[in-house]
Amino acid sequence: MMKIVEVWVKKLAILVATILFATSITFFVIRLMPGDPVDTMAMSLITNEGLDYNQAYEKAKALLNYDPDKSFGEQYMSYLKDLSKLELGESMSSKQPVIKVIAGALPWTLFILTISVTIAFVLGVLIGMYIAWNRNTLIDPIVSVYASISGSLPDYIVGLLLVVLFSTKLRWFPSRGAYSSQVTPGFNFLFIKDVLYHSFLPMLTYVITGLGSWALFMKGSAVSVLSEDYIMAARARGLSEKRIRKTYVGRNAILPLITSLAISFGALFGGSPLIENLFAYPGVGFYLNRAIAARDYSLMQGMFLMITIAVVLANLAADFCNILLDPRIKDKA
Amino acid sequence: MKRFKAFFKVIRKNKQAFIGMLILIMFFLMATVGPEIIPEEITTNYEQRLQAPSLEHPFGTDYAGRDTFSQFVHGSRNVLLVAFITAVLTIVVAFLVGTISGISGGILDDILMGITGIMLTVPSFPIMMVLSMIIRIDNPFLFGVVLSLWSWAGLARSIRAQILSLKHRDFVEASRCLGMGLFHIIFKEMFPNMVSYILINFISIMKGAITASVGLMVLGLVPFSAQHWGMMINLATSTTGAMYGSTALIYFLVPVFGIMLFQMGCLFFANGLDDALNPKLSS
Repeated sequence: MMKIVEVWVKKLAILVATILFATSITFFVIRLMPGDPVDTMAMSLITNEGLDYNQAYEKAKALLNYDPDKSFGEQYMSYLKDLSKLELGESMSSKQPVIKVIAGALPWTLFILTISVTIAFVLGVLIGMYIAWNRNTLIDPIVSVYASISGSLPDYIVGLLLVVLFSTKLRWFPSRGAYSSQVTPGFNFLFIKDVLYHSFLPMLTYVITGLGSWALFMKGSAVSVLSEDYIMAARARGLSEKRIRKTYVGRNAILPLITSLAISFGALFGGSPLIENLFAYPGVGFYLNRAIAARDYSLMQGMFLMITIAVVLANLAADFCNILLDPRIKDKA
Repeated sequence: MKRFKAFFKVIRKNKQAFIGMLILIMFFLMATVGPEIIPEEITTNYEQRLQAPSLEHPFGTDYAGRDTFSQFVHGSRNVLLVAFITAVLTIVVAFLVGTISGISGGILDDILMGITGIMLTVPSFPIMMVLSMIIRIDNPFLFGVVLSLWSWAGLARSIRAQILSLKHRDFVEASRCLGMGLFHIIFKEMFPNMVSYILINFISIMKGAITASVGLMVLGLVPFSAQHWGMMINLATSTTGAMYGSTALIYFLVPVFGIMLFQMGCLFFANGLDDALNPKLSS
């Protein structure tokens, strides 16, 4: 029991360190910028907003959360204090509180990712089970070839190709945005239909790139379970093939995939800037990219923090599933 | 030399690895010899812009009338160079961290593995995006450094695990009893046992580096002036609207096809090698 507590304390420490590290990155990025970023920003505030120099300088200091006159340690402490109160500042380009931008962006990313990852996973598991059972059919090599092709194509390239095919050539699906401007956001049929219509291509991108590897993973896992003694014992007891397939092979073979599911969710979250930028989909990654392009530090910091938290939580979920599903790890730990 | 021969025997037997190797050799030749044979075309010629493939321009021309094939060949050098530098740096760092951690144990091991754990969890692509803001990446070496900064952690962890398992094998214990130095044990006794594993990782890291480098370029975060497939895709989508018109499509598809084929070569070679060297998996 002591050991388990120790393991989780260690995990938690790494979790906190990771988030701290991610938040500090922007702190250092601002300080590593050549020149005085406060002065640079004050200058642009003067031209863009017509403030006088002192006002602009004060505002730039507040926006960057960076006072060049304070000592390094003092700056860092006040920075962390603001963070602990979830004060992420105001976006420099859109003048909105960063926390509000996050609240608006996060649901889109979660929406796209949860649905497409689930579809890819379920389809992949079903196909993998099928080919594990029917080893000498044509589908087995087809899936292998498909997996190696989709495994060689970065997802944003698949996305680009889908846009060319389905939006430009066939004009079946829109390629930009989360919904069209004609519909009013809210819980109404038109809006939901429009959102699903717009999300089709980004989701298809994730499904196409993820499907093959899930299928192969499941096949490998199922084949190795099939050679276990308890399957032979079940057969010897005369259980039906259907029962063996579902309860004995399926359930056991899916265990190692659950952990990867959580990790892959985190990884896709981290890769979201590319896909969301391509489809101009207003999620976390899209705003991160926009913040970097506009040198909007506070927004960048907020989006980066959000992505890190998502990835950290996904990893934690993976660890948790691992221990929950495989009692041997608990004993070993 | 004997080891080398045995290595090729393994590859020849495994069809997947062999095809992968052929693809990689083809790209290697294209990147090294190609630019010497095919002249670089920098002069713009707007009368010939966005042409379809012809005898004169096998892959057509770009938005400024330059030959796409020539850009493709010259770009391959930078693509491979960035990936190669990333892989070398990543392997060196991973090997150092993994070996030091595995050999020393104790507090140093805990600290190094703690850092590795953090590196593994922090999402690498967004961090590269943020870093590309302060670092002006304008040459392949710097690009390789930025890409390798966040890719060594997984490998370091598995090298440490290998060191730990090798540490108490008979032949290592024997050389320790014989009074061999630590340096000798690591490089002469342990390293040869990890070479194939490291090679497989080398190829996979190159594959990942190309995905990441092209991704950063497509987003327009890397002001890379030289020719690179990522730059071609970026220009094809941003300046010519290849996605919205059909005339520029070939200019866009050429680098895409190049990336796909190269990635496939990496995947085949690494997977095939993995199968061939781990008999447990292939049976």
